[in-house]
Amino acid sequence: MQDRIPILHMSNFLLVTIQVDMHDRLALQLQDDLTSKISATGARGVLIDISSLEMVDSFIGRVLGNISSMSRVLDAKTVVVGMQPAVAITLVELGLSLPGILTALNVAKGMELLSRD
Amino acid sequence: MSTIRLPEILQKAKAQILEEWVKQQMSGAGARADLIKDGELRKQSEEFLNNFQRSAQSGETENIQLPAWAPTLELIADLTRQRERMGFSPSETALFIFSLKEPLLAQVRAELKKDPEAAIEESMGISALLDKLGLYTTEIYQASREEVIRRQQEELLELSTPVVKMWDGIVALPLIGTLDSARTSVVMESLLQRIVETGSEIAIIDITGVPTVDTLVAQHLLKTVAAARLMGADCIISGIRPQIAQTMVHLAIDLSAVTTKATMAEALKTALARTGHRVVKDVVLKA
Amino acid sequence: MPTLKSEVQPVVTENDIVYVRQNVRKWAVEMKFSLVDQTKMVTAASELARNLLIYGGGGEVRLEQLQEGSRMGLRVMFVDQGPGIPDIEQALKDGFTSGKGMGLGLGGAKRLVTDFDIKSIVGQGTSITTTKWR
Repeated sequence: MQDRIPILHMSNFLLVTIQVDMHDRLALQLQDDLTSKISATGARGVLIDISSLEMVDSFIGRVLGNISSMSRVLDAKTVVVGMQPAVAITLVELGLSLPGILTALNVAKGMELLSRD
Repeated sequence: MSTIRLPEILQKAKAQILEEWVKQQMSGAGARADLIKDGELRKQSEEFLNNFQRSAQSGETENIQLPAWAPTLELIADLTRQRERMGFSPSETALFIFSLKEPLLAQVRAELKKDPEAAIEESMGISALLDKLGLYTTEIYQASREEVIRRQQEELLELSTPVVKMWDGIVALPLIGTLDSARTSVVMESLLQRIVETGSEIAIIDITGVPTVDTLVAQHLLKTVAAARLMGADCIISGIRPQIAQTMVHLAIDLSAVTTKATMAEALKTALARTGHRVVKDVVLKA
Repeated sequence: MPTLKSEVQPVVTENDIVYVRQNVRKWAVEMKFSLVDQTKMVTAASELARNLLIYGGGGEVRLEQLQEGSRMGLRVMFVDQGPGIPDIEQALKDGFTSGKGMGLGLGGAKRLVTDFDIKSIVGQGTSITTTKWR
């Protein structure tokens, strides 16, 4: 199994595309990697593309929330893009509406959101 | 109850029973000369009697679910569906089977003249058997009606979920009719799907055509709004009629997190403004 | 109620949670569940498999394909020989957690399936049965 998700650094932003079925350690590793990379690069925004993710459970949801809060502390915005309808319906039913997280329909709209202000 | 003699009686007097039975059907209560030709009726009766005889030969006349009765049940099912199409009522179709009792029992009486006790036994057994077969026709009727209802429900569901594109980045879902839980979830799923397909950031859910909103439906609406937000789209709920507004407050449904507008027009105006559009009226310049 | 097919898989490491998810997905696709129902089943299985590992100290997941009349069901059972749950009712409440996590595991998973049954004996273990019908 893969043990790291690659992080792309593009001008002021960090880009992550999650394409594998993440096991818990991998999600926590991503959380660590992203926070250290934000502080190392001084990135102003983080975009996490989850359009190929077929499931988000409470653990992954919590990790996404953590990344969002931690980046805010480091003065960077995080936007989660491309969540599938079935995944969104399931998350809401599970009782997780991730209130602190910014979302966008796709990468282009997510970049637009990060570039604002 | 027993039907030990039934196969034997059928063997011996089949032709006569058939004759009596057909006559009975053509003159009795279930007679519908307008729907079925005499020849056809005779053919069906003969076919049934043949299958009936074969099944009865198994000796298992207590339980018509046994494999021996499968061909007879199949024939009954075919006849019932055929008669339903021809316009027979369910009771007329049941009478087709029930009317066999009289000619058949007459034969039993004649055959067992010397042993009245056995005749009663035999009659009761045959009567119970024909009752079961007759009732089976109503089961078939019921099943075919249920099938029709199910199909219509599905069609209705598909027809009642039109997600329309209002503008670039704006879709609308005009809901019409009573919302039950099943329908609401289908509708909401198709809305979310269309949001992804069209890349729309704003979805207007218009409930002008919804007569009542109960707690469950309101919860579905709120869940849809929450799910859309997770996907990166905002919802506006429009067309909340005064009575519905009152019920929602009485039911303590919290809509404070959702944008609500009185009319679809208002909602569209808001949606256009949020997506950076302005609607301007042309001023006609007089020369 | 006839069981058409069944399979048992162990959950002893974190990677097994992923295998459980993949297996439940495979079964749900084979049984032609809608995409939303597939996702709900997989998510519930993920939550419960994680519980099995963290609180139950590992155990087994059993999948069964059921038939009842004209409807088909996918049953997923989670069995451990762990410490058990003293107060099930409290454990099912949202926000309850005895370990790491958000405390949505049990109550949340229950909302995602049609039937949810939990049996637990303190000191002997817990068995959770979830079923979704189509």
